[in-house]
Amino acid sequence: MKIKSQKDFWSGLMFIATGLGFAAGASNYSFGTSARPGPGYFPFGLGILLAILGALVLFKSLTIETEGGDPVGAIPWKPLGLITLSVVVFGLALPKLGMVVSLPLLILIASLAGDEFRLKEVLINIVVLTLGSWAIFIKGLNLVIPLWPAFMTA
Amino acid sequence: MDLINNLMLGFGVAFTLQNLFYAFFGALLGTLIGVLPGLGPVATIAMLLPSIYALDATPALIMLAGIYYGAQYGGSTTAILINVPGESSSVVTAIDGYQMARKGRAGAALAAAGLGSFFAGCVGTIIIAAFAPPLTELAFKFGPAEYFSLMVLGLIGAVVLASGSLIKAISMILLGLLLGQINTDVISGVPRFSFDIPELTDGIGFVAIAMGVFGFGEIIANLSRPAEHREVFTKDVKGLWPTKQDFKNAWPAVLRGTALGSILGVLPGGGALLASFAAYTVEKKTKGNPGDVPFGQGNIRGVAGPEAANNAGAQTSFIPMLTLGIPPNAVMALMVGAMTIKGIQPGPQVMTSNPELFWGLIASMWVGNAMLIILNLPLIGIWIKLLTVPYRFLYPAIMAFCCIGLYTLNNNNFDVFMAAGFGIVGYAFFKLGCEPAPLLLGFILGPMMEENLRRALLLSRGDWTAFLTRPLSAGLLIAAALMIIVVSLPSIKNKREEAFQDEA
Repeated sequence: MKIKSQKDFWSGLMFIATGLGFAAGASNYSFGTSARPGPGYFPFGLGILLAILGALVLFKSLTIETEGGDPVGAIPWKPLGLITLSVVVFGLALPKLGMVVSLPLLILIASLAGDEFRLKEVLINIVVLTLGSWAIFIKGLNLVIPLWPAFMTA
Repeated sequence: MDLINNLMLGFGVAFTLQNLFYAFFGALLGTLIGVLPGLGPVATIAMLLPSIYALDATPALIMLAGIYYGAQYGGSTTAILINVPGESSSVVTAIDGYQMARKGRAGAALAAAGLGSFFAGCVGTIIIAAFAPPLTELAFKFGPAEYFSLMVLGLIGAVVLASGSLIKAISMILLGLLLGQINTDVISGVPRFSFDIPELTDGIGFVAIAMGVFGFGEIIANLSRPAEHREVFTKDVKGLWPTKQDFKNAWPAVLRGTALGSILGVLPGGGALLASFAAYTVEKKTKGNPGDVPFGQGNIRGVAGPEAANNAGAQTSFIPMLTLGIPPNAVMALMVGAMTIKGIQPGPQVMTSNPELFWGLIASMWVGNAMLIILNLPLIGIWIKLLTVPYRFLYPAIMAFCCIGLYTLNNNNFDVFMAAGFGIVGYAFFKLGCEPAPLLLGFILGPMMEENLRRALLLSRGDWTAFLTRPLSAGLLIAAALMIIVVSLPSIKNKREEAFQDEA
């Protein structure tokens, strides 16, 4: 069998897997009766419905011809990995190291994800954004955000 | 006259110094993100949600509303000057607007877009004020069965009118509904799908989903494309005032666009985007004067019509949200979220329980539109300068604001990690050609839908036919079914695909 639309093939699989996953998970909760639906009632129905629609998408991807096969294309590992990493690093660093350390880390790693990396520009960006965020969020909006590393304030 | 009294109350609220300031700030920010390609109102409003904790409900909503309609003004500037739609609803504006700019008539195009938008915004505001109260009356007659059916209609409508594959869009709604099931069951108090993670028993924060998918996901998608070459027509923006002939040509288009946009905005799934596409199609079909510039080569009607329509649509899409508590598009879904954050249960009772908020918000839209016309026409030079800021400065700033916002949401880094995950998911959706907006709608409506479904079943003692024997509910479900059938008909289906290919 030949895949006629790559995008739909993988979308279909994604919908089937999530639908069945939720339906399976829902079976752990009381289903109830139609007159008195339990917590598992709605998610179970939705999950099955999603899996059915996913199967339809999958079926279409194997039968209906598309121009050029709708390729998914290469995965851009660099931006995908670095953008995600920068956010995770920020999340890990903020509570312990404060905004003065975590925000520059975020901007530095995120900037590496682009095509052009110019150290001088990135440094300017770091200074401007860190000062700006301090002024807006901590000074202006009075939000509770750790500013300095915990070992310095303790 | 109730309408006059209500509007007086509204203007009283809107004209306080504080609310004027937030309307201005919202309009300014909206124009800014409208001008910048790659940053839309959904991501911006999501970004600002944490900061509204510090505000009262009325100024907060006034500001968020300003961002949405401000973005419609700003989006046209980018479309006309660099042929890149700053906003998805300005896609069609770029077709004729950019051609006008190339012929040295950028000023006239910008003025037509701005004045058209202003007119449409004024009309849209009046329509909201006139139609919201009767609709609210109707909404009070709704029982759980009717609400459930209405939400089905709303969700189906949202995807029927959108572009792309219908089955995939409905699947995305279901996916959103399922994600909304990760919470503690309201009726039995059982935590569901939480995997014993305490943060998940409150449900996934919709800010985390919105920022992950619309913020981080889009940044990854933008960075994976090679940088595009932009040609900016900055020097040519002189002589903002259109000629007499321009006025004569554009005026009927503005009227048609306003009418079309006002109607399409109210429909579920409607709003700015759909309105502008439809208006462009109508303008193309309408016969012009002999000697007009053909469409696609700089016809002023191709700018004025869609721009009026998208602003009218942006305004009237507030109607279902304000009267029924049901968001017709992703931006309104975020507004519902914002109201919930401020402890206001969206629905028909808002008008009676919070009249200052309700009428103040409506009046502020007119105020905001008046500010926008000043912001956008005389100050156009500032926005043009902005277009020269490269994306490599922009996206780290977006990420910084998103991340800080995510953390301050619950003073916890859990939402930051969730958003990082949803960034990957959002990019996967992009790769697989799955539109993410229906997912957000489903996610917002999911818990409401479940509650109404279960209450309706409880009332009917488990009888599913109750949805069809109650006339209002049956009518809504039939309308939803009809919509699916009509767009699935082969002849319509081809037309629909053609229409979206033609203009996209």
